[in-house]
Amino acid sequence: MSPTSEPLLTYADGALVLSHRLSEWMSNAPTMEEDIALGNIALDLLGQARGLLQSLGDEDQLAYFREPQEFRNPLLCELPNGDFAHTMIRQLFADAWFAEVWPALVADESADAQVRGVAEKAVKENAYHWRHSSAWVIRLGDGTEESQRRTQDALDALWPYRGEVASDEWYARIEPVLDEATLTTPGRDAWTQRSSADGWHTEHLGYLLAEMQSLARAHPGATW
Amino acid sequence: MVTATAQTAWDLLAAVPDPEIPVLSVVDLGIVRAVEESADGRRVVVTLTPTYSGCPATEVIARDVRTALEASYDEVEVRTQLSPAWTTDWLSDKAKEKLHGFGIAPPAGRVTLPLVDVGAPVGCPQCGSRDVEELAGFGSTPCKALWRCRSCREPFDYFKTH
Repeated sequence: MSPTSEPLLTYADGALVLSHRLSEWMSNAPTMEEDIALGNIALDLLGQARGLLQSLGDEDQLAYFREPQEFRNPLLCELPNGDFAHTMIRQLFADAWFAEVWPALVADESADAQVRGVAEKAVKENAYHWRHSSAWVIRLGDGTEESQRRTQDALDALWPYRGEVASDEWYARIEPVLDEATLTTPGRDAWTQRSSADGWHTEHLGYLLAEMQSLARAHPGATW
Repeated sequence: MVTATAQTAWDLLAAVPDPEIPVLSVVDLGIVRAVEESADGRRVVVTLTPTYSGCPATEVIARDVRTALEASYDEVEVRTQLSPAWTTDWLSDKAKEKLHGFGIAPPAGRVTLPLVDVGAPVGCPQCGSRDVEELAGFGSTPCKALWRCRSCREPFDYFKTH
């Protein structure tokens, strides 16, 4: 993998792994509408991941035959779904990250045409995902006593995982949402995790990949 | 681009339905970016632009397009073009009328970038009432949202302005 492609691999793996996480909600989401929403978002992310992986090599080889330590997704994307509040805070963080990633790729004239094409589409899809996650975080945070408590718990749990996705732009994007949601954070300077770039992951990624990759590994080269 | 003979290809494409919204053809949908035919009329290259990154219909559409064209051409190539990204602005007026007749509220207005909103249906496709509300931002396919009419109480799909 050439150094210049590393950021692309981070975006591709982030979208792929997060897509798989969201798909775990299928048939289990709190409402039918959310089941459909999370499925739609997962599909968009999967399509984006495929487009980027195709630009980096053989998409199936990259998705199904790499080991956990070869994945470059931000740790945030691999964390378990938890309750719906955890899923929505994770999504808010990820959507705010992609909101910076995609326009930058569109504007990067040195980037591959395929990559810019993927990004051009993803900009609009991401805007719609953000609309969904930010609306939910506000509704849950500024909601009932229980939803407020559980969303604050989710924010506290996920805040340390912002390190790989946060920038000034990222904070500027999420802080007004968290304010409106009446949620508080330990602040921009609080300690943060940051290690997927070295191939270090949480224990959760291995289990996720075991499920995602099992079919392709049991039947290499299989087609429908 | 459309020569007298490529018209054959366009006519065949106009009869290929979207698998999830069969009232629209792939031409109505605005995803056919180009049709190029060889001088002897035996080979055709069709360029498609996907609607959404992960739309499951994309691969089915490519297959259906190929099958339809193979009826009149010896060699068919289907290419994918990502940029410029597909937009509902490419739906023809005729397509919007068809959607309405099918019970799907067509996209309202034109896309403005950056995308901050996907518009709202002009009215209920069943009874025409303007008293409508959004039930969910996502619907049965990536291109649609779920709405409800407060007058006739019917739920309906809205084709998002995207």
